[in-house]
Amino acid sequence: MTDMTNRSAGKSNAEHISAGLARRHRKESILKGFGIAAISFAFLILGILLMTLVSTGYKAFTQTHLTIDVYVDPDVITRDALPRGAFDDLLENTLVEEFPDVDSSQDRRALLRIFSNGAQFTLRDRVVENPDLIGQTVSLNVPVADNFDQLNKDLISRDTPEEFRRLSDQEIAWFDALDEAGMISNPINFGLLTNADSRFPELAGLKGALVGSFWALLTCFLISFPVGIGAAIYLEEFAPKNKISDIIEVNINNLAAVPSVVFGLLALAVFIGWFGMPRSAPFVGGLTLALMTMPTIIIATRAALKSVPPSIREAAMGLGASRQQVVFQHVVPLAMPGILTGTIIGLAQALGETAPLLLIGMNAFITSAPSGPFDSATALPTQIFIWADSPERGFVSRTSAAILVLLAFLAFMNGIAIYLRQKFQRKW
Amino acid sequence: MTTFAFALLFAASVFGYAWNRQAASSLRNDGQRLHSLSGFHGLYSFLCVSIPVFVLILVWLVFQGSVIDWLVTAPIAPENYATLETGPKQLVLAEIKSIAGGRIFGTPEDWKLAAAERLIQLRTMSAWLLLAAVFALAVTQVLRARRRVDADFRARQGAERMILGLIQFCAIFAVFVTVGIVFSLTFETIKFFRMVPPLEFLFGLNWEPQIPIRADQIAGAGAFGWLPVIVGTMVITVIAILVAVPTGLLTAIYLNEFASSRARAIIKPILEILSGIPTIVYGFFAVLVVAPAMRQFGADLGIAISPNTALAAGSVMGVMLIPFISSFADDALSAVPQSLRDGALALGATRGETMLSVLFPAAIPGIVGGVLLAVSRAIGETMIVVMAAGLIANMTLNPLDSVTTVTVQIVTLLIGDTSFDNPKTLAAFALGMMLFLVTLVINIFALRIVRKYREIYD
Repeated sequence: MTDMTNRSAGKSNAEHISAGLARRHRKESILKGFGIAAISFAFLILGILLMTLVSTGYKAFTQTHLTIDVYVDPDVITRDALPRGAFDDLLENTLVEEFPDVDSSQDRRALLRIFSNGAQFTLRDRVVENPDLIGQTVSLNVPVADNFDQLNKDLISRDTPEEFRRLSDQEIAWFDALDEAGMISNPINFGLLTNADSRFPELAGLKGALVGSFWALLTCFLISFPVGIGAAIYLEEFAPKNKISDIIEVNINNLAAVPSVVFGLLALAVFIGWFGMPRSAPFVGGLTLALMTMPTIIIATRAALKSVPPSIREAAMGLGASRQQVVFQHVVPLAMPGILTGTIIGLAQALGETAPLLLIGMNAFITSAPSGPFDSATALPTQIFIWADSPERGFVSRTSAAILVLLAFLAFMNGIAIYLRQKFQRKW
Repeated sequence: MTTFAFALLFAASVFGYAWNRQAASSLRNDGQRLHSLSGFHGLYSFLCVSIPVFVLILVWLVFQGSVIDWLVTAPIAPENYATLETGPKQLVLAEIKSIAGGRIFGTPEDWKLAAAERLIQLRTMSAWLLLAAVFALAVTQVLRARRRVDADFRARQGAERMILGLIQFCAIFAVFVTVGIVFSLTFETIKFFRMVPPLEFLFGLNWEPQIPIRADQIAGAGAFGWLPVIVGTMVITVIAILVAVPTGLLTAIYLNEFASSRARAIIKPILEILSGIPTIVYGFFAVLVVAPAMRQFGADLGIAISPNTALAAGSVMGVMLIPFISSFADDALSAVPQSLRDGALALGATRGETMLSVLFPAAIPGIVGGVLLAVSRAIGETMIVVMAAGLIANMTLNPLDSVTTVTVQIVTLLIGDTSFDNPKTLAAFALGMMLFLVTLVINIFALRIVRKYREIYD
């Protein structure tokens, strides 16, 4: 009918179409534009996220240090009293020598606060290690307290009025004098990787978290890898098509989508509550992560096994191999790159997983690195959580720095996975 | 000691392997025709030794802790231990353990010292017993396996049966995990419902999980109505979906229909980065950047926005879900048969029209499945909300307000010290149970839709 009316209006079909064509093309470019806008939005957020992390985090990769010669006064420190001794007085006296006009005991204490809280222990450890230093002058290179570190990195502005600033004018003047004397340096902050956690941002490092994450991931790998591969091989190669296999399969798919916090509840109730395993231990964390990683590994392994062509199986069978010989000597080795890729991706997910570790107490405050998988420890993501929750300003940049370290590990692991895939995976 | 037991296990298995293999080889060298290759005789012995010994060690390790605890505390006078509540009991036990570990604080009572002494003895004894048991079992198994070496022995079938059993167990292990989840949650939830009536939990309008310090405290009983918590979860989920679905779908449409294959090869991996970033990083981002920015924006417009507004947590979660939605939608669009696409184009539809009126409607079931899975993820997502959402349960639908979610409550209730006998801790398990059930139903439903839809076109 419409055709008839159009014709009667004196327009041909082609004319009618071309009249609307511009509008239709416009509509298409609008759709395309929306698509580009959506992608740009996602990229923009990703860019802002990474930029924020880098711009707040890079400052934590250096640490302001104070280099000072300390005279280990035999009147203050005696050999017999070691490791006790008023090392803080020693540091205080040394600084007072730099600023002779400071005399009230209140100011003297304020002066001491330029040092990080750990400075006296660094000095003590050196003297305990070598008691001959008593009576000599020791050159000490120690972190300054967090506020001064931030001042040096321009995170505390000198233009802020004194009452809103966390450092008084006097303290800034002292610091500038030390800086002028060439005693302030800003070297690379190896402490970020070699120190364990601390209440004081300038001393806090990731060693405990790195070691804890290592043990947890190792446990996770040792459990989820063999069990996951075994399950996948059974389901893909041997399982009869029946109700039980279906149940197992549906079950694994659902397990992959169970919220991670539920695994934490399971670990808390079963591993810690019923089996009496220790809280905060990387072993328990690894066990929990293994349960979560297993479905990922199973799914990846099955896909890898499926991609091995039937001709391989048939050829091996034809030569008289048993079914298991076919699978274990031919199919699995050929599927190995795919299996490894899936495993590494699963482990990378496990490395970033936080919620279940929080529930089993891996967010404890622990100032030494664990010496084994059963010691209390934190993990990288839980350490980030602890630092992100800390009120001290210095922890903001440390948190970003810790996230950058975590992301570097993830990028590295995914890089290996991609390399394996490119290098070894065959197209049949 | 455990390390030593494992070393023993390994050594015995390898020895069994070598011995059997060697025995089988010498049979063959004597001119007999073996049923199985000598390697299979070795493998048979290896499995015969390693499986039972491994199980023995595991069972020992799982139970030794509780058995030792029981033996240590059994002789303690009842008024000092047996009649105590769970909390103090654990404290006493912890003190005994730290005394045994050499960390003595103050002057402990004599019975604690005696118990610590006993603990040390039992531990040493247990370790030696374990070694002895492992050794005995390993030797028996090695000998038993060796005795079976014979020209007619079907070693390959024997070994393969054991391997099949092993991998079967691996597959069933996944079912154990689910059963473990269901059992532990149910068990603790039932304990919770004994203290708090289920009706109050399901329909209560107040969520103030606290336990009274004194009996006569005002509002001491706490309130455990989960409705405000689930409403908060819904608010954040809806925000996340509102951000993720349009962005994800438009991304998928562009990638599927308009992007060149080179652009696809660049854009897809970058999007995948978004899903590879750990959620705690998103949480930190929400707290550090998004929430303050929104607050500032609101202040400029004269609207008061709470510092932990649901909008911040929800929108950041939405960004996290973009690649999830887009890859599901992309798969669904690609699964639509080429003939439909060709047909539409042949009739003169533009590519945009083909997409919007042919491909997209045909792909809707698959997309819906993906969106449902994203919803279940958003409900179960934990770290973003723990860091960026509020702790107080507000019964509100206003996205500018602070709301709390199920996962936030689970984490905050269980962080710190936990004992399994007060409603505050158990409430977390009840919430976990609800979370598990809700996500399970959504997942099953979504997976079914996705599968059914795939079958239609296959």
